[in-house]
Amino acid sequence: MSGARGLFGWFDRRTGLDGLLRETLDEPIPGGARFAYVFGSALLFIFVSQVISGVFLALYYVPSSDHAHTTVAYITKAVASGSFLRSIHAYGSSAMVILLLLHVTQTFLYGAYKGRRELLWLSGCVLFALVLCMAFTGYLLPWDQKAYFATAVGTNIAGEVPFVGAWLKSLMRGGADMGTLTLSRFFVAHILVVPAAIFGFVAMHVYLFRKAGAAGPISENPVAPTLPAEPFYPKQVVIDGFFALIIISILAAISHFMPFELGPRANPADAHYLPRPEWYYIPIFQWLKYWPGSLSFIGVVAIPSLVAFFFASLPFLDKRMERRPWKRPVAVTVYVFIFLALFGLGGLSYRSDHGDPGYEAQLIAQAKATEEFMKKPFEAEMPAAAEATSDPLAAQGKKTFAAQSCNACHGDGGAGGPAGAALTGIHQRFDADHLIHLLKSPTPKMMAGGMQSLDLPADEMKALVAYLSSL
Amino acid sequence: MSQSNTTPLETTRRSYIGWLVGLCGAAVSAVLSVPLVRFTLFPLTTQTTETKWSDAGPVSDLQSSTKPLIRTIKVEQIDGWRKNVSETLVYIANDATGRLSVLSAVCPHLGCSVQWQDGKKAFVCPCHSATFDASGACTGGPAPRAMDTLETKVQDGRLMVRYQYFRQLVPTKEVIG
Repeated sequence: MSGARGLFGWFDRRTGLDGLLRETLDEPIPGGARFAYVFGSALLFIFVSQVISGVFLALYYVPSSDHAHTTVAYITKAVASGSFLRSIHAYGSSAMVILLLLHVTQTFLYGAYKGRRELLWLSGCVLFALVLCMAFTGYLLPWDQKAYFATAVGTNIAGEVPFVGAWLKSLMRGGADMGTLTLSRFFVAHILVVPAAIFGFVAMHVYLFRKAGAAGPISENPVAPTLPAEPFYPKQVVIDGFFALIIISILAAISHFMPFELGPRANPADAHYLPRPEWYYIPIFQWLKYWPGSLSFIGVVAIPSLVAFFFASLPFLDKRMERRPWKRPVAVTVYVFIFLALFGLGGLSYRSDHGDPGYEAQLIAQAKATEEFMKKPFEAEMPAAAEATSDPLAAQGKKTFAAQSCNACHGDGGAGGPAGAALTGIHQRFDADHLIHLLKSPTPKMMAGGMQSLDLPADEMKALVAYLSSL
Repeated sequence: MSQSNTTPLETTRRSYIGWLVGLCGAAVSAVLSVPLVRFTLFPLTTQTTETKWSDAGPVSDLQSSTKPLIRTIKVEQIDGWRKNVSETLVYIANDATGRLSVLSAVCPHLGCSVQWQDGKKAFVCPCHSATFDASGACTGGPAPRAMDTLETKVQDGRLMVRYQYFRQLVPTKEVIG
């Protein structure tokens, strides 16, 4: 015991860990711990869970349009616990959006953005946008029908931005059309750029939160708290931990009993596919339908930007210290109205999809295709490189290459092996005559490696060299 | 609330809550860590390089020959989420009774490809001159055993071969993949 204590003491003197831990755990909460305060730490918890599950999914995923769907199918259908982990990650994005809305709503209703908390609120707004970015970029990665078409629509929206729209769209797609470069870009954004930004902004958000202090209940003065404070540890930590346990249990139960599905591989030529985004984007998706042609700029860019701008500038516009919601009728009414509008748009979208028999039939057909694909066992992918060469002389040479056992050492297709060097691109180093000469009388170095001199009829030698030059 | 003014009762309560937090943490990590471990160890527990049967041609074509025939077969291997197709040489030997056996061309000595030489009526390894007769039995040179026979079956009149690699330099046939 004293040994462990001694070691801890040594470690603490070097790192100051104990003080840091105390500083973290003794954060004062005016008015004491409450269930209402769990959403911030729950978001952090889900984010960490997303990072962990995401890192593990990357063990099998390949971000390329010809392999992405196969590798996700492999994860979903073949790898042990693969479907469960993928579901935890995919449903985790929904959990994140739900918790984000709850966190924002709690902060808003409690007026917890008031009193020198402008930067805290702004950093939260940036995090909000970054989480939506994660959801948008992650959606494409499985490269199934719905991923492909939802992203095609999503990137088209970026094209509506005035002046730079077309350029922005190409920038996101890595060209005029959706393709493997789009996937690479979305992958890099999803696993490197946006998470790095989230880490940075979370650190900033937590720091600013501690600097301003917990706001406490709605009756509390947000600048100079008057209520007796309770430290974060133990009560709030227990409540937060308990809530984390509830969230992960719900996520695990849904993932186990209703695994996240993978649809058939994206087919860009499918002109009938009805793209539908994930549920949290449905209201926006419905909203865009009302702004056709020349009006689209107003609906697609101007109004959402304006809403986002007002939302972000809330602590600058509402500077009163009054926190009780019933004393803030305008702000609360606007907030409730926006929420109702989003729900209403969601309902309208549902009605328009299920009210039109043509749409409904197509959506049912899409769901059925997904179900059928999920039932099929996993099928490994055939490499494209296995087909024959087009030049008949080279094709004949390929046979000689095998008949003379060249592939025993140099590998199939001259890819190289443990015993022989790779022959790919050899025509760049030696011309045909030189190659024939080397085959007939190998250098001492080649002989030492096990190369035999080759005595072939002239036409067969010519064919072999044609094949070697094609590698 | 600093350390100095905590009463013994509060210390008990704190350590009890500490346990509670630990328990929550353990439960949360268990939900995630079990599938994560299973997920990571998956390739270790399944055979990722499973070999399928390869087609060596119609049996009727092969039985009439008086000398070993060379055939290039396509060997399909499962490599994780993809298939690997490689071309490999095998010899099809035909004993007096007309029974077909398929020999791997990989020399059991050090793995070079042996070649049939009509003049010598023997298989000769180009690397270290191991020789084998038409049935694959070792007749000279450094090879520790006969040429390796491969598992075969006849399906719809075609000879199917299961291509495998065997350990070199040992007197008995040992599959290595």
